[in-house]
Amino acid sequence: MDFQIAALLAQDGLTNGAIYALLALALVLVFGVTRVIFVPQGEFVAFGALTLAALQMGKTPGTVWLLLGMTLAAAVLESYRCGRAGTWRRWPREMLVLAAFPLAVALASYFLAPLQLPLWAQVLLTFCIITPMGPLLYRLAFQPVAEASVLVLLILAVAIHFVFVGLGLFLFGAEGSRTPPFGSGGFEALGVNVSNQALWVYAVSSALIVALYLFFGRTIFGKALRATAMNRVGARLIGASPNFAGRLTFTLAAALGAASGVLIGPITTVYYDSGFLIGLKGFVGAIIGGLVSYPIAALGALLVGLLESYASFWASAYKEIIVFTLIIPVLLWRSLTTTHHEEEE
Amino acid sequence: MRRARLLVALAGLALLALAPLLLPAYYVTLANYIGLYSMVALGLVLLTGVAGQTSFGQAAFVGLGAYTTAFLTTAYGLSPWLALGVGLLGTALIAWGIGFITLRMGGHYFPLATIAWGISLFFLFGTVPELGGFTGLTGIQALSIFGLPLRDERVFYLLIWGAALASLWATHNLLDSRAGRAIRALKTGQAMAESFGVNAGRLKMVVFIYAAMLACVSGWLYAHLQRFVNPTPFSINMGIEYLFMAVLGGAGSVWGAVLGATLITVIKQVLQDWLPQLLGRSGQFEVIVFGMLMVIMLQRAREGIIPFVLALWRRRQAPGGEVPEGAELPRRPHLPAGEPLLEVDQARKTFGGLVAVNDLKFTMQSGEILGLIGPNGAGKTTMFNLITGALPLTSGRIRYRGTPIEKLEPWDIARLGIGRTFQHVRLIQTMSVLDNVALGAHLRGRAGVLRASLALDTEEETRLRHEAARQIRRVGLTEQMFENSGSLPLGKQRIVEIARALAADPQLLLLDEPAAGLRYLEKQALAELLRALRTEGLSILLVEHDMDFVMGLTDRLVVMEFGQKLAEGLPAEVQGNPAVIEAYLGGV
Repeated sequence: MDFQIAALLAQDGLTNGAIYALLALALVLVFGVTRVIFVPQGEFVAFGALTLAALQMGKTPGTVWLLLGMTLAAAVLESYRCGRAGTWRRWPREMLVLAAFPLAVALASYFLAPLQLPLWAQVLLTFCIITPMGPLLYRLAFQPVAEASVLVLLILAVAIHFVFVGLGLFLFGAEGSRTPPFGSGGFEALGVNVSNQALWVYAVSSALIVALYLFFGRTIFGKALRATAMNRVGARLIGASPNFAGRLTFTLAAALGAASGVLIGPITTVYYDSGFLIGLKGFVGAIIGGLVSYPIAALGALLVGLLESYASFWASAYKEIIVFTLIIPVLLWRSLTTTHHEEEE
Repeated sequence: MRRARLLVALAGLALLALAPLLLPAYYVTLANYIGLYSMVALGLVLLTGVAGQTSFGQAAFVGLGAYTTAFLTTAYGLSPWLALGVGLLGTALIAWGIGFITLRMGGHYFPLATIAWGISLFFLFGTVPELGGFTGLTGIQALSIFGLPLRDERVFYLLIWGAALASLWATHNLLDSRAGRAIRALKTGQAMAESFGVNAGRLKMVVFIYAAMLACVSGWLYAHLQRFVNPTPFSINMGIEYLFMAVLGGAGSVWGAVLGATLITVIKQVLQDWLPQLLGRSGQFEVIVFGMLMVIMLQRAREGIIPFVLALWRRRQAPGGEVPEGAELPRRPHLPAGEPLLEVDQARKTFGGLVAVNDLKFTMQSGEILGLIGPNGAGKTTMFNLITGALPLTSGRIRYRGTPIEKLEPWDIARLGIGRTFQHVRLIQTMSVLDNVALGAHLRGRAGVLRASLALDTEEETRLRHEAARQIRRVGLTEQMFENSGSLPLGKQRIVEIARALAADPQLLLLDEPAAGLRYLEKQALAELLRALRTEGLSILLVEHDMDFVMGLTDRLVVMEFGQKLAEGLPAEVQGNPAVIEAYLGGV
């Protein structure tokens, strides 16, 4: 291997790694606030990429129907709850909060999709379709059992993964899609071709990480999330609702997933079930950070990207085996360095 | 009642055996798959439902069984029966290796690791060229028994269900045994079980290997039923489906495995038939329904379906039963009174910056009741945990009858004759009082997993249960013997803890606040019991807050505050000690 190949592999690895880093951050965030090990995070990635691909072909993306379906289910559930609690007076407001945005987005997508909008508008629309699924999912699946053990929440998350993969196949079909790159070409530095697409990925990922940092450090919502992550009961006592925290967290997770999907779309062909492996690689990063530390999780994700890239050069058939077997020593190290208590049932 | 159950069981067996002759081929195939899946789900019931270790990776072990036989019989023409042996051995070794690394992981790390090695093994099956890549291996020979090839699915059915029923029987026996009680304690009472002599780490490994071997047998049968293998049925998705089967059926019961496997297999078949028609395209859409089913189950009925079924059956019988008479277990020799029993020398325990036990030193003689008292947070319970090995010492020494024990594991300390109760009651809530107490006698039996699963432990089991019943009568809980311990009031649960400790036949008994939550008369009865135990030569170390109780009962007192010894002496002396009064009542 000469320097040029090494540098190219590094570029590839860092590009994927930057995307995994976004996922790793989302996973750490979700676990911290809600204790959910969010296996379906990867499905948001696949949905994001495939939604954008559909928009580029001028079709109404299937995810719009998913969004509407989830909204309907949440509305039915909420109405049922209002009915049982006898709080019908609040019903119209609840419905408005719940359904207004998804309905507007669905209408917009239906009419705007055939118009061949410019790329930035399509990306924006993709975000608007995917992001509301986060809080809806939290409301439907996790909120009713928010106090359950981590293991129950994990099995629940795996179940959601099944649902999403199945729906993904139904909505997008079995064939994969690749979106055109944001910036074609590139430039040469130190004798190595740097592609503009890679630069885009680095820039967007870094920007999002900085934005997250500012959100958590500077805004009241971010601080409420941090408080909930540290102590759920304590946060509730000072007025941060855990339900709200959960929905906000899932909103962020879905948005980060969509961002990763938009970024990865031009790099690799995305299928309805590609999200799982992509998400799991983010997971390896998150686990390197112990599902707690944001910076270590991001670095860990970059490491996974690099590892994968070099592994595919030396032993491409064994790429996945190498990446996933390497989690085990990391998990071992993590579990030996953290003390844990028996979970009382 | 017994005869009725036997008749039902026999009728069920006969029906099961005749089913392939009565059913159309399609249903025989379905039943074959249900049998295969039941075995894997059964392993998960034991591993996940009972022992509390969630695994998403069982499909990989099925693959190991299938690929071992596929490879050895096609490449080397080995007999499938030999290949089964090799497969079981190989699976056990690989499970041991994986378990060695991953089982010590706590909490959610273990299930994540199962996803990791589940995926790795799946890709390995698809990548190794000798295994035929993603197309797999074909032309696997048919099984034959005594030279008769089993080509007919209807005959194969008998083999599959024979194996499935045998594993059900073995697992059922196992759960209802000495080892089974210990396994049932792994999920919620690991530290407790360890203090009664259970080596929890090793037991988890045994359960993990047991589940892997069940999966391996299922895979071996699958390979010879299908006569070809490819990686798809051993993917992580299938691993997740196996877990769903166990959860849906009810991971706490062996019948949950069969129920779950049946439901998932039938639903899958039905959905695969009509979902594509309904949705207008082909694909594996049944996962959508499975996922949603799982979400609803976890939100509404986390224990699975089987508890509802069992509730119908059990409503007709009140909890009850009888304990058959068994020969008494051998007991430890009485210690003569006045020998040095326990010597705690400069014991120290720190948690980060907090010094919980600060160079504590005291001794205890055989035949005495020593009270360890002090305000909340003084470090009394920590001291208990240091003596029993539940926590390692930071520094210092503890000797029991002259033997240093500070480096020993809890189960080895239990073996020396130290029994204990816990401040926060640690009973296995879903087990009967009798089973809970019998767990205390763990070290007085020897039968392991193999003997238990083959039902060769009956004589010993009778003796253990007889001993447990004796201790329960002794502490006055005869009426509650067959009730679930979780349904008892807290005070009575503490008494069960004492019976459990007594069942271990200890020479030194450590009681952590035994009188908390008891009513006046119950306290008096407890004091009576403890005095009687002392007369029998038992030594008791007692942590208690009820001063009347302590003063009337103990021979000597050690008072702790902030991890240090504040005073020591006869109860009356300590009662008058100004430092003790200040610690309890604050400055005057």
